[in-house]
Order: sequence, then C-alpha cells, then structure tokens
Amino acid sequence: MSATSAGGSAATGGTPVAAGRTPPARPAPPLPETSGRPSTRPARARGLLRAMARRIGSGIVVIWAAATTAYLALLAAPGDTVDILIGDGPDTPEIRASIIREWGLDRPEIVQYLAYLGRLLQGDLGRSYQLQRGVGDILAEQIGPSARLAVAAAATAIVLAVLIALVTAGRGPWARRAVSGVELLAVSVPTFVIGIVLLSVFSFSLGWFPVSGDEGWRSLVLPALTLALPAAGVLGQVLREGLEKALEQPFATTARARGLTERALVARHALRHAMLPGATLVGWFVAQLLTQAIITEAVYGRPGIGRVVLQAVTGGDMPVVMAVVILSAVVFVTVSTVLDLLYRVIDPRLRSS
Amino acid sequence: MAQVTLRPTRPYAYRLALPGAVFAVIAVAVVAPGLLTGTDPLAADPLHALEGPSTAHWFGTDHLGRDVFSRVVHGARHSLSIGVAATGLAAAVGVLLGLAAGLAPKWLDEVLARSFDVLATFPELLLALLVIAITGPGTANVIFAIGIAQIPNLARVVRAQTFVVRRAGYVEQAVTFGLPGPVLVVRHVLPNVLGPVLVLATIVLAQSIIAASALSFLGMGPQPPAPEWGAMLSEARNYMRVAWWQAVFPAAAVAVTVVSLTAAGRVLRYRFEGRDT
Repeated sequence: MSATSAGGSAATGGTPVAAGRTPPARPAPPLPETSGRPSTRPARARGLLRAMARRIGSGIVVIWAAATTAYLALLAAPGDTVDILIGDGPDTPEIRASIIREWGLDRPEIVQYLAYLGRLLQGDLGRSYQLQRGVGDILAEQIGPSARLAVAAAATAIVLAVLIALVTAGRGPWARRAVSGVELLAVSVPTFVIGIVLLSVFSFSLGWFPVSGDEGWRSLVLPALTLALPAAGVLGQVLREGLEKALEQPFATTARARGLTERALVARHALRHAMLPGATLVGWFVAQLLTQAIITEAVYGRPGIGRVVLQAVTGGDMPVVMAVVILSAVVFVTVSTVLDLLYRVIDPRLRSS
Repeated sequence: MAQVTLRPTRPYAYRLALPGAVFAVIAVAVVAPGLLTGTDPLAADPLHALEGPSTAHWFGTDHLGRDVFSRVVHGARHSLSIGVAATGLAAAVGVLLGLAAGLAPKWLDEVLARSFDVLATFPELLLALLVIAITGPGTANVIFAIGIAQIPNLARVVRAQTFVVRRAGYVEQAVTFGLPGPVLVVRHVLPNVLGPVLVLATIVLAQSIIAASALSFLGMGPQPPAPEWGAMLSEARNYMRVAWWQAVFPAAAVAVTVVSLTAAGRVLRYRFEGRDT
C-alpha cells in the first residue's frame, strides 16, 4: 500500500503529478561535518526553497501542457476553425471577422499558438461565442457555488474518512473486509447513481432537503455528500491501513510501555503517520471533485461551473471548454503544490532532506 | 495482526463466482435479450404509464408506459458496447504508443513518457468532454472520446512493462541469435507485455462503462428513445417524485455491472501480479 499503490493505481484516475515528474536520483545534499542532528536551519531553508522551485517548475509545465492540449484539440478538429469556435453561437460576418482578428487565424499556426499562450499569460481566457461575453467573467461569476460545493465535499470526505479509519483500525479481519467492501463500492458506483439514490430517499421520500437549486446550506447537504461518499471510501481505507501499520511500529510499543492509552497513542502519534499516504491521494481526489462536480451539479440542478461546461460542450463553445481545461489544471497544480509543502509539516523527517 | 499467513488459491476462485454469475446474465442480455424478456423496450402504452412493479411489469413502467424491465435488459447492449468499444480503442492505441515509447531512442521515449504522465493527470471525463465539444454528441463520438481519454493510463503501463521485457534474458538471447527487430517485437515482446494489459483492461472497462453512462446521463450519448442506462436515469429524474422504480432499476444495473467488473479485475490483478487493490 502507501505511496507506491497510490501512484500505481493508474486506472482509478489521475495520479499525483509528483510521482511522474520527480527526477529519479535526487542529488543528495552534502552532509554537515558534525554528526548528530543532520539538518541545520539554513540547510533546511535551502532544501525547502529547492523543493518549492522544483514543484512550481513542474506545475508550470502541467499548466502549459493543458493549454497546449486544448489548443491541439482545436487544431485537430475537422472543419473550419472559425466554425468550431463559434459553435452554436450567433454567426455574423462581424463575429467571424472578430474571431479571425482575435485568434490571428490569417497568421501562420506557430504565431497563432504563441499569441494564444501570450493572451493566457495576461489572464485573457477568450470570449464565449454562445454567451457573447468574456470567458473569464463567466467563470468568475459561476465559481462561487462550485467552490462552496467543493469545499463542503472535501471537508465531509475528510471527516468521514478519519472516522472510518478510527472506528475500524486494529479491530481484526472483519473490519478490514468491511472497509475494503465499502472502498470497492466507492470506486465502482457512478456519482450520478449515488446522487439519484440520495435524492430519491432524502428529498423525494423524506422531504428533508430541497430537490434542486442553490439556496442556503440545506441545498448543499446532498450534493456535498454525493461527492464525499466515494472519496471517503477510498481515503478511509488508505488511512486505516496507514494507522494499522503505524500501530505496529516500535515507537507504538514504546509509547504503550510508557503507559499511554491506546486512544492517546492514536491521536498523538499514529494518526500523523497515517496521514502521509492519505495526503498523496488528495491530488487524485481534487481531480475527481472537479469532474464529478459537473455530474453532481447536473443531478441536483445546481448553478456553477458544471452547468457552464455542459452548455459549452453541447453547444460546441470551444473557448469556454478550453478555459475550463486550463482552469482545472491550475486548480490541480495549486492543490498538489500546497500539499507537497504540507507533507513537510506532517512529517518532520522530510524537512531535513 | 499482520497478514503473514499464506493465502490459498481457492478463495479467489470463490470470489470470482459472484461476478461470473453477473457476467453470465449480462452476456445473455447483450446477446439475446429476447430470452429474458418478451416485451418491446420501445412499445409505449400511455394508459399504463408510471405503474409500480407488478407481475406484468417486474420493474414497473416509465412515463410513456414502456416496460422498465425490458428497457434495462435491452439497455445492456447499448451501455456495454460503448464501454467495450472504447476500451478496445484505448487498448489498441495504448499498446502501440507504449511499445513505441518503450523501444524508441531515449529522447523520443522521454517526450512520449512525459506526455502520457501529463495527460494522465487530467481527469478522464474532462478529456472526454473536450473531445465531445469538438465532435458533438452521439454514440460513436462518445466511444471515441472515452477511448482517447483512457489511452495515457494504458500507454504508461505498456511502456513500463516493455522496459522490463526488453531486458529479460530471452529477449537478449534472441537479439544475440540475430532475430530481426519486427519479429522479435511481435513474437517475444508483445505477448509478454499483454498479460498486465489484459488485467488493467478489466478495470479500464469498468471505468469506461461508468464514463459512458455518465456521458449518456448528461445527454451526450445515445439519444432517446434508445434504452441506455444513463439516458434512462436522466429521463427518470423528472418523474422521481411519483415513480422511484424508473430510476432505481437502471441505477442498480450500472452499479452491479461495474462493481462485478472491478471486483473481478482486482482478483485477476492479485492472481497475476500479487498485489491487492
């Protein structure tokens, strides 16, 4: 298990980008002459800076690759680029002329590509031809409900996963089987099925929550739960195994010998060890959130980025779709960079290297 | 506490029994749906719309009075064929690209491997939506979109496996005996690369079926009145206050199919690679 399996589960979704990009042999930092504590404060700061620089560099590569993939998709599409960019939007000679001007379609392809990258660097995401507005404005307007949903789902998933781990760790084989059964369901049952079932039980039969829309916290409960349940299943299993492994370590025996209660041992020592493999999954989790949110918003009829994406995909509104691909790469990179720094907070051993 | 006991092989055969039974039923539904139901999945009967499960209609009827059981049975062909075709496409292209990367000169391998890595970080559904934005909705386009989105993962596995096989004794020996390159690849490298690919393909198939039904649910796949499970759910959402059965049975069909596939894939993976999950 642990990090290797998190990186190896290629089939279940995006893998943490760090796994692929870290250079195989990291040049070992020169050991200080004095033995004893290996890391001095300046060495630590240098290590942190180097790690950050590497992380940000690879993050930029991923975002650039997203932008390029989106652009290549546009080029690879059969038919006239002007037609594709317009999609189902209004088609007048003025709009055609403005597209040709904006994308520089009369210039050589490489120039067009560089101009496109240049505009992205200035924060210009282009113009939706369906909605006749800047893509940046549309996304900024719609990101609120989606962000609320994502944060609520992430918090619920983490709380549920920790609960699963705490309740089942060290309880013998039945607990292991139960949790791995839950995990199997979590990766197998599609999000919209979970959503439909929750909707049917809690909104239609019991009437506890509204059926659709986005008014107040009550309308957030079921969508957040829909997104959180699968993630909690996967995360809970990883945390549980980490916890069990930690409780078998020599330090756990020492702590028990010191007279620590099992509960204090878990809370003060073991949980921190279990968090590390769990944290590597968060990159996967964020990528899942982004796309599953599209489906969840459709199931619950919520406003948000998901609705914008679906409209754009159905109408072939390419500038919007391309912008969302880039946006998702930015979110993914930001979260995994922050996490990488967080590892150092969780695990002091990483700070010295 | 630790799992040190050697696991006997029999429990794994036992674990394959339940998924196997599910596959048998699904296979019948795909090949000969008429054996399971005599009702036409498209025959509307407005006088008996939205009736609950009964002996005449096991899963009830939908908003047009069509038999839900018959639609679920006939839907297997629609839902699964997209997943199977997409997996086939992804496997074919993935194996070619992965082999190419594994056997190519270092610089080319570096370029290919990095692009697989980066593409694999994108959620498959988002890549599929990007493709559909260009091609438009429809069954063939969904197959194409899901297939493309699954390629990076497969290519990565094939590339890694090619590296292992390439350095194996029997390959080096064949090189020494002067076997020409193409023959070597087809006769020795390819067959040994394919094992792990087949195991992974089970799981990719499960993921593709999820993606296919999700895209159909979003209205990108087979168009009504085709009885596809995801599309049925999307229609059923509007009638859930009065007819839970219209949503619950297609939902259960997707869930049972994918859970069985994933479970079978894991048993296979444990058998062949000795690792769990």
